Amino acid sequence: MIFFIQQLLNGITLGSIYALIALGYTMVYGIILLINFAHGEILMVGAYVGFFAISSLHLNFFTALILSMFAAAVLGVAIERIAYRPLRNSTRLAALITAIGMSLLLQNGGLVVLGTDFKAFPQTMVKETYWILGGRVPVTNQQILILAVTIVMMVGLQYVVKRTKIGKAMRAVSYDKEAAKLMGINVDTTISATFAIGSALAAVAGILLAMYYQTVHPLMGLMPGLKAFVAAVLGGIGIIPGAMTGGFLLGTVEAMVSGYWDSQWKDAIAFGILIIILVVKPSGLLGKDTTEKV
Amino acid sequence: MKLKKRLLLFLALALVMALAVGCGAPKQEEGKKEEPKQEQEEGQKEAAAEPIKIGVNYELSGAVATFGQHTVNGIKLALAEVNDAGGVLDGSQIEPIILDNKSEGAESTSVATKLITSEKVVAHLGAATTGNTLAAVPIATQYKVPLLTTSATNPKVTVDDSGNVREYIFRTCFIDPPQAIVGAEFAYNDLGGKKAAIYFDNTNDYSKGLAEVFEEEFVKLGGEIVSKEAFSPQDNDFRPVVTKFKQAGADVVYVPGYYQQVGLIINQAREIGLDAPFLGADGWDSPKLVEIAGAEALNNTFFTNHYASSDPSEKVQKFVEAYKAEYGEVPSSFAALGYDAAKLIVDAIERAGSADPDAIKDALAATKDFDAVTGKLTFDENHNPIKEIAIIEMLDGNQELKTKKAPK
Repeated sequence: MIFFIQQLLNGITLGSIYALIALGYTMVYGIILLINFAHGEILMVGAYVGFFAISSLHLNFFTALILSMFAAAVLGVAIERIAYRPLRNSTRLAALITAIGMSLLLQNGGLVVLGTDFKAFPQTMVKETYWILGGRVPVTNQQILILAVTIVMMVGLQYVVKRTKIGKAMRAVSYDKEAAKLMGINVDTTISATFAIGSALAAVAGILLAMYYQTVHPLMGLMPGLKAFVAAVLGGIGIIPGAMTGGFLLGTVEAMVSGYWDSQWKDAIAFGILIIILVVKPSGLLGKDTTEKV
Repeated sequence: MKLKKRLLLFLALALVMALAVGCGAPKQEEGKKEEPKQEQEEGQKEAAAEPIKIGVNYELSGAVATFGQHTVNGIKLALAEVNDAGGVLDGSQIEPIILDNKSEGAESTSVATKLITSEKVVAHLGAATTGNTLAAVPIATQYKVPLLTTSATNPKVTVDDSGNVREYIFRTCFIDPPQAIVGAEFAYNDLGGKKAAIYFDNTNDYSKGLAEVFEEEFVKLGGEIVSKEAFSPQDNDFRPVVTKFKQAGADVVYVPGYYQQVGLIINQAREIGLDAPFLGADGWDSPKLVEIAGAEALNNTFFTNHYASSDPSEKVQKFVEAYKAEYGEVPSSFAALGYDAAKLIVDAIERAGSADPDAIKDALAATKDFDAVTGKLTFDENHNPIKEIAIIEMLDGNQELKTKKAPK
């Protein structure tokens, strides 16, 4: 039982990071039906901004986090303007290929500019381990921070989408772009805002990942990006609560596979889940058939 | 139309970026820096106008970059000493041609080809890891240029699959089996481990080979393997598996990997309260290990290695001083092996009396009691050196020589 709880904790921590990344995928898909494969690379850039902010500018964790969210938001909006907007009226396949191209461009550009080395991410706080459940299950302050930051971000996102004007506009655009335009909503601005928010969340995930793994690398966004994509599809792509559910679920499954079976199977299982869900219920766990919403 | 133009521009930009990565910038500056010095000395040694070129094929960037960087530092130091002392043979200078293989096998093959075919080197040094060395071995064999690797420890490097010695391939490090055997003995006898867990890199011959030999030896001594798991180099999250080790009651954990993953594994293991000693091999030897894992998490961890900088012997201390003066840091075993390899090549050229690749090969094969920093070196019939193995303990982020054991 203790072992199970410990693996559950490992899984939830990882899963909450997946969930944060999956939110960006899902929001962008919800609004323009595009799988933004460059999302994992935005995460990587966010992590590097955080890395330089902490190691070179000596900022504290939260200032670095905000700076990196801002930088990633700018990058996300720029990518949308340069690569996706000109193709908005083309086929979905063209946009998808462009997204993959963008992802490769950022990965390889990152390798040129940042070098191929792993860099140790500075530890901004002293790591402490608390022993809970009668002193048998260790929880670190880092895990608590990751979970707390994730929850704050999710609650904040729900608030933005449900309560603010831009959130209403986002939902309207995702429901019917033309009708929204007729009602006086600036569709371009709304899409930019979606990219900005999704990318900022990716930056948060990037910094949390870098902190959790203690390293940054130009290809660090690749695997978590793909996993978060699986998580988004699992929960139902285009649905925000679905992305969260999918993220937590996938992280837990991975930890359990490693813990009770063989760690080498965890990636295979994750992508196996993707295939199964696409075959059995393509709309995802929380999805209803035929509707696509943010 | 305008839209298409913009797209085209973007694609062109993407292509340029991709090409830039593909070709990389070969790091040759370091090799060329030696040239002005040669020109100065040319006046007094007119006979030796042509420098002898030695190929240096190392991991200067990528996943195991510190291995390559340290080795190349050692090589440069040794060759500078040789050149300052008047060169080899009739005063010929030695010119290292240093190229980066980016820690990738395919790149190592093309670097080796370039060094041998277009640079016409007389000997090839590198690479640091078994995989990247094996990628260069067929090239060196095909063109009959001796290849001397510094730290590829897998037996397969010098012996082919049917058991024949590869005539042109040599190494200055010990091979894996004795390293894992010494590791298992140390774990069982010195650390008192009875239940071992093994965590190895399944994509890596070096790591797989060590894990196998360790398991065999540890069981033979009377120990028990309570858990054996594998990871791949892309993995970052090892918590589920180290949690499993703790559950299984492991009292020693053998991780024959490279510093990058090892650092994360140890850090995450300490985090979940797995306090058992960790034991590893020479792939641990990098200052990055301390950076990634943290000095405190590394206490109570040990690894087998080629030499220890704290070794009191005069030869070692002289080398450590010279290296410190040049690079401002304590040399890792990779630096020591690089230094030894370069000195050994020079010695072989001297003994052969010529810089002909075939003559160098024969001289290398006949090496006896060569006095190297990493121990007195004699090649056995498989081109493997016979020497002692050091066991290093990590103490507050510093490497301390725990003991030296001779392999059986």
